[in-house]
Amino acid sequence: MKLIGEKGVKRILMATAFSAISALLLIALFIINEGLPFIFKYGIKEFLFSSDWQPHLGKFGIYPMIVASLWVTLGAMIVGAPLGVAGALFLSEYVPKSVMNIIKPAIELLAAIPSVVYGFIGVMVLAPIIRENFGGPGLSLLAASIILGIMILPTVISISIDSILAVPQSYREGSLALGATTWQTIHMVTVKASRSGIIASIILGMGRAIGETMAVIMVAGNSVNIPHSPLDSVRTLTANIALEMSYATGLHRQALFATGVILFIVIIILNSIASVAIRKRMVKR
Amino acid sequence: MIRNSLLLSLILIVSLMVWGCGKGKTSLTLAGSTAFQPFAEKLADQYMTSHPEVAITVQGGGSAVGIQSANSGAAQIGMADLVKLPEEAKDLTATVVAQDGIAVVVNPQNKVVNLSTDQVRDIFNGKIKNWKEVGGNDVPITVVSREAGSGTRSSFEQIVGNINLKKDALIQDSNGTIRETVANDANSIGYLSHGLINEKIKALKVDDQDCTTESIVAGNYKLVRPIFLLVKGNLQGEIKNFIDYILSDEGQKTIKADGLLPAK
Repeated sequence: MKLIGEKGVKRILMATAFSAISALLLIALFIINEGLPFIFKYGIKEFLFSSDWQPHLGKFGIYPMIVASLWVTLGAMIVGAPLGVAGALFLSEYVPKSVMNIIKPAIELLAAIPSVVYGFIGVMVLAPIIRENFGGPGLSLLAASIILGIMILPTVISISIDSILAVPQSYREGSLALGATTWQTIHMVTVKASRSGIIASIILGMGRAIGETMAVIMVAGNSVNIPHSPLDSVRTLTANIALEMSYATGLHRQALFATGVILFIVIIILNSIASVAIRKRMVKR
Repeated sequence: MIRNSLLLSLILIVSLMVWGCGKGKTSLTLAGSTAFQPFAEKLADQYMTSHPEVAITVQGGGSAVGIQSANSGAAQIGMADLVKLPEEAKDLTATVVAQDGIAVVVNPQNKVVNLSTDQVRDIFNGKIKNWKEVGGNDVPITVVSREAGSGTRSSFEQIVGNINLKKDALIQDSNGTIRETVANDANSIGYLSHGLINEKIKALKVDDQDCTTESIVAGNYKLVRPIFLLVKGNLQGEIKNFIDYILSDEGQKTIKADGLLPAK
């Protein structure tokens, strides 16, 4: 290390850090460069709000995909957020630390399972159950919501636990000393104090849900269709890009990049909300 | 010590790379149609056994990729399974190497055995919504189709004619996933390459004609499309040799053995 010296190390580390940022910039520039001209040529309004997606006829309306992405994400929130937050509360408040130290890494392992495996389980197990019990094709908004709800659990649980554990022990002791039960302490003190962290965990989970592709392609059925019930098949923005990219040429290809631009914007908005929520918590403390 | 082992592994990697692609092999790349991909792989294997000096790589991607990569030179040979080649392929030399039937398939539990072309069209357009309208049980029909741009889909739609796929049709992105979906859902109907029919799904008769090799060869079954190999410029050198091999008796026998139909 003497060979390089203190300044050299700093420069090398700086270069590494900037290469990560420049990768992000390059990706953003590339997508925008490929997609934006199409949006202007085709018309923003027509592109965003028309529900006609027929590439072979030159019709590119992604409204059904936007609606589907939002519904699927909302569905994943409805499934994943309560489960995740409840699990985090249980692990951090009711269970001894030694037990949590075993269970938490195990839950985090869920994040290491490839999404194609989730998709496979969805197709082979979940879809038939939905089809036989509720009707419809089985590959549906509901199936996608459940699978994604499970996929976001590790994100929601581990970030929630961190923020719940960050609540000073003295808060809990104060509440318990006033005669509150454990549950009263949890929902009146602990959850309130760690609220912004819990919200941030849910928003980060949301980011994961809206960006997930493989599992959704496998379980959502992919019809370009504005869903009228959870049993309808839907196609999300991500699925639209991945399904058709390999075949697309010319205008169709540009339209898929434009879909990417919209997705990019949605994800940036979600991530900014999350980081604002996290920063708020920092300031408060 | 660390530096030595790093150096050693570097030398190893480089020498492996040189060894791997060296030896003065001629390399050929095929890309495109997923329907023909397994056949191309098998033919390439056979060809490489008898011609060890040639290395052939086969990639999928779909017919559009086949046309695109033949045009751009990313692959020497593009594979496309379309009834009619699009405008972009007009500068390419196209050779029909095989024909492929498109089977209309349902779940084996379905008691329907025959549909007319009009019924197939009405089902995919959403005009017929229940299996009882075509002689089956009183259950809704789940239509499964391919994504826009798929060679199988555009061939199917062109042969059946006037298809404006209903909006809530499920979309799957390969022949294989269509087969899985139809095998898993008792109410579904889909279509796929004739070579991929197995016992988990049932091929319907169309206009009273079986989707079998004999019926297709005899020209009775109407859902048939050609499979093209596309080459930029004239056929020459190894490319010509390989295509000639596919068209030879031996090559055509391989094609026939696994469910595709010979070119002529």
